[in-house]
Amino acid sequence: MSLDLVDLAVRLPPGAPLFPPLTLSVAAGQVTTVMGPSGVGKSTLLDAIAGLLAPTFALSGHINLNGVDIRPLPAEARRIGLMFQDPVLFPHLSVGDNLAFGLTPKIKGRAARRDAVAVALASAGLSGLQDRDPASLSGGQRSRAALMRTLLADPAALLLDEPFSKLDVALRDEMRRFTFLHVRERAIPALLVTHDPEDAAATSGPVVRLPAPQPPR
Amino acid sequence: MRVSLTAALSVALLSTPALAQDWQATLDAARGQTVYWNAWGGDERTNAFIAWVGQQTSARHGVSVQQVKLTDTAEAVTRVISEKAAGQADGGSVDMIWINGPNFLAMKDKGLLHGPFVATLPNAQYLDLSPASPNSVDFTVPVDGMESPWRLAKFVFNYDSARIDVPPATMAAFIDWAAANPGRFTHPDPSNFMGATFLKQALIELTPEVAVLQQPVTDANYEAATAPLWAWYEALKPNLWRAGKAFPENQSVQQQLMNDGEIDIAMSFDPASTAGDIAQGLLPDTARVFVPEGGTIGNVSFVAIPFNAANRDGAMVVANFLLAPETQAHMQNIEVLGSFSVLDPAKLDGDAQAAFSGLPTAPALPTLEALGPTLLEPHASWMTRLTAEWAQRYTR
Amino acid sequence: MTMTRDGRALRAVVMVVLAIGLIGPIMAGLAQTGRAAFGIMPVLGAVEASLTPWRDLLTEPGLWTAVRLTLWTGLVSTALSLMLAVGFCAVTHARMTTTSAARWLAPFLAVPHAALAIGLAFVLTPSGWIARLLAPVIGLDRPPDLPIVNDPWGIALILGLMVKEVPFLLLVMLSALTQIPVRQHLAAGRALGYGRGLVWVKVIAPQVWPLIRLPVMVVLAYALSTVDMGVILGPSNPPVLAVMLTRLFSNPDTTRILVASAGALLQGGLVAGAFAALWFADRLMRNIGLWWLRRGGRGSSAEPLLRLASAAVIALFVLGALAMAALLIWSFAWRWPWPEALPQSWSLKAWASPTAGWLRALGNTVLLASATTALSLVLAIVWLEGEDRAQRGRAGWAEALIYLPLLVPQIGFLYGLNILFLRLGINGGYTAVIWAQSLFVFPYVMIALSDPWRALDPRLTRAAASLGAGPWRRLLAIKLPVLLMPILTAAAIGIAVSVAQYLPTLFMGAGRVATLTTEAVTLSSGSDRRVTGVYASLQAGLPLAAYVAAFAIPAVLHRNRAALKGSSA
Repeated sequence: MSLDLVDLAVRLPPGAPLFPPLTLSVAAGQVTTVMGPSGVGKSTLLDAIAGLLAPTFALSGHINLNGVDIRPLPAEARRIGLMFQDPVLFPHLSVGDNLAFGLTPKIKGRAARRDAVAVALASAGLSGLQDRDPASLSGGQRSRAALMRTLLADPAALLLDEPFSKLDVALRDEMRRFTFLHVRERAIPALLVTHDPEDAAATSGPVVRLPAPQPPR
Repeated sequence: MRVSLTAALSVALLSTPALAQDWQATLDAARGQTVYWNAWGGDERTNAFIAWVGQQTSARHGVSVQQVKLTDTAEAVTRVISEKAAGQADGGSVDMIWINGPNFLAMKDKGLLHGPFVATLPNAQYLDLSPASPNSVDFTVPVDGMESPWRLAKFVFNYDSARIDVPPATMAAFIDWAAANPGRFTHPDPSNFMGATFLKQALIELTPEVAVLQQPVTDANYEAATAPLWAWYEALKPNLWRAGKAFPENQSVQQQLMNDGEIDIAMSFDPASTAGDIAQGLLPDTARVFVPEGGTIGNVSFVAIPFNAANRDGAMVVANFLLAPETQAHMQNIEVLGSFSVLDPAKLDGDAQAAFSGLPTAPALPTLEALGPTLLEPHASWMTRLTAEWAQRYTR
Repeated sequence: MTMTRDGRALRAVVMVVLAIGLIGPIMAGLAQTGRAAFGIMPVLGAVEASLTPWRDLLTEPGLWTAVRLTLWTGLVSTALSLMLAVGFCAVTHARMTTTSAARWLAPFLAVPHAALAIGLAFVLTPSGWIARLLAPVIGLDRPPDLPIVNDPWGIALILGLMVKEVPFLLLVMLSALTQIPVRQHLAAGRALGYGRGLVWVKVIAPQVWPLIRLPVMVVLAYALSTVDMGVILGPSNPPVLAVMLTRLFSNPDTTRILVASAGALLQGGLVAGAFAALWFADRLMRNIGLWWLRRGGRGSSAEPLLRLASAAVIALFVLGALAMAALLIWSFAWRWPWPEALPQSWSLKAWASPTAGWLRALGNTVLLASATTALSLVLAIVWLEGEDRAQRGRAGWAEALIYLPLLVPQIGFLYGLNILFLRLGINGGYTAVIWAQSLFVFPYVMIALSDPWRALDPRLTRAAASLGAGPWRRLLAIKLPVLLMPILTAAAIGIAVSVAQYLPTLFMGAGRVATLTTEAVTLSSGSDRRVTGVYASLQAGLPLAAYVAAFAIPAVLHRNRAALKGSSA
């Protein structure tokens, strides 16, 4: 399993590309870090891979997941999980239902689905919080719930958009370990976007640096 | 002589088997129809009476009545006009209209009415349909059987006897009364028919030659006929309510001003409305009716059927029911509506006459004698001209 | 991309529905009115184009006074309402969430203009409630002959319009404010030495303005063309233009319809002119504002003005509350003559009277309100969802079209619309009334729903998409539930608008579809405040019940969901 970007470039017509054409390959279980100053288009890059790019952007190059070009697919069919700076739990659903929302449809039957959610909650240290309002969780709990929700969707690759930047220092380390552990366990490629060198260091994977943009945004 | 001959003739005609058969055909066709009666909806007692009519015709002839409540009769006229504009020659939404005067003239002129139909109603035998009768002439316009009478209207003033001892005896006397009681009298805006009628009432008393008013207005006769009226009004206006700068929208709003104690004299087109409104708690118990010495304008309320009415037969059945002696007696009952009957007492048999004479009375209900003579409505063009000039003079 | 194509298709469907259902009828109606204004109305025997209707209109006594009064009352009431609403927002925003404010505002939004005007007239008039309370104190035997209501300066009308419009503007303003980080701006501004009022005027108001410009235009158009409030509270001789035209339309001399049609175009011209003035004022303010901003003046000099504005708003609320209370009391009164401060005798007759027939009217009203609101809500959701799926922002021109029915005076196109419906053969039935009412309900539903919809955190749907949820699942499982509160609020507003519709119901229903409002207006052409009180209470009660439901349902469903409380309306 691998995620391959070939000559990938994004521009906002009629402007120049946000960053030079990007080619990289992320292997299964590996976390590759893309670093760069703010405004360079890191989040846009992730949007492009996830299929969430606004149509005003023009995209060139290829995005291959396990050798298949996923560019024609809509976001929901790409099987690419996305983690944001904030956990973005659905405010109207309980913690358990948030996870159930993400749980892949391959798991069938009420009991089986409930068990899968319970197992995921337990592995994130959230046992017993099934029926809680997401707003009542602590920051760390929310982040872990969000990651479990993403993983339950059975993604073929994971994109991480500075997911640790809003956590306080003590939590940040714990969450990094927790996240990268799961990436390795699942053996999926993961792409991390950040401007925090400690994030990059913690991945023990390759680091790609995007240069500062030529024309200011 | 000619009058009674026509009457006799129409009675004779109606009793022929051919006409009776026609009426039976109308009754048969009407069964099951719902008549949409477009009628001014501002008076709860009239609305209740119309509902009662519907119950009766439904029980007797299988014809139900649905009142379409109007704020102004012209609404129904406009509706028929738009239907004609859209080419809808049958199945129209208006089956019957409570109408008279200018609205009738407009519809008759534009060919928007069905008829003549009055002579085919069996109960028309109780009506005085002689050419000069108020049933045959509506604002000097010949009715020609295109609308059927149902209630009498006569212009009256009412006043609060707790505040006023002697109301003005003539229209001319209103000037002195208002000068002694500034701000305590007003009339509805002349764009409303009650306000216009107030001006016409004064015109009839003040104009040098009353007969002129029965002819259409001309530039030649207008000036002389109305000069005294405007002189009178100029003298009256400064002492009106709000110094003559604002006027109630219609007679109901004016009635409310009297109930609120803002004015002491109001007006109505229904001599029984004061007694009725007292019973309804809408006027103080001390309210009474008065008319100027020379008498007041009277006219007849009619119902007409538009040319494209969807339920024409049903409408005719209802129009006929309205003319039945027991309906008219019920209507004249002060506890019901209190409107005076349009039937000719001379044409009623003993039982029917007894039904009328046995009706209850009320302190605020004037007797027919106390109402004085009935003055004829001027030709409709006078009203148009009067209201236009009033607006010209006082709307700045 | 499939998302875009899907969205385009959805949007195309809505556009077609709107073109045929909304724009077409209005254009057709305007065309009929336009023809009549230039002398063509075959049914009246008028077949030749001429300028006579215009000439007659220009010589109509009091026309220019009526035009002046219309502009004066319309512009002043709108400008004052806007200023007061801004002032009130500035003072109370910190202490009030949109939800709690909406709870306070609901009764004022729910009560129809006409009902409020009748109640207000009773409170203010020289023989009214205030005068009756004062009478024993200052020894009044008779009501003073003072032009307080129907005053020639239109002050009572301005006041009446403000009682209705300030709450509406407050609601749209508060919901617009949820999209702006007010607290941070205030903190930043005050740290730079600007007073609270100045930060509002210089920083926050310019950001809010684009979001509320359209509702302000709706308010302005309404104020310039109101008939019911104009009759009840406005000057009487001459009245405002819309009332003058209504009288012309109902003149027994049917050829006056031609003059009235010309007047309807003039009325449209006034509204267009007022919009142009608004646009210029907008431009001017932007330039002056920038100059003022750059001068950097600060201090707290606006503070007393803010306090004055909030006091005025509270006074308006008190007046409105008194008006509503007066109507409710009247509905249980039997005799309530001058100078009694409370009824002499009480009775349930107005409620119990079978001929009042309010039950049937209530049934019709509920039916029409549910149908038009459901239809409008579906259309609005499809429109907004189409926008999302096409991943395009708002299409300004398309949106302007939606609001056309609110910006063009009703009197200008309803008569022509009626003829169109007659040609289609649907006049006089529920279909025609539902259609005609939806023309006015849909825009309000859009106003209420589009801002919260567009303000929905986009990461929620993106997260859902990356979890494998397709567009329909995102709509049904995420957007609609999260937006439940604004959707229900929009529905409540839709119901209130439907209940209040008078002319469309009357024209398209051929008077046969009797609703609470058509009955109330016919009855208030009579003088019985007690019956009017019954209908007005029901008229206000129905939308109020809808507002209460709009607050209660989400409160119950989301009782354990802290993030959905208090901010999203």
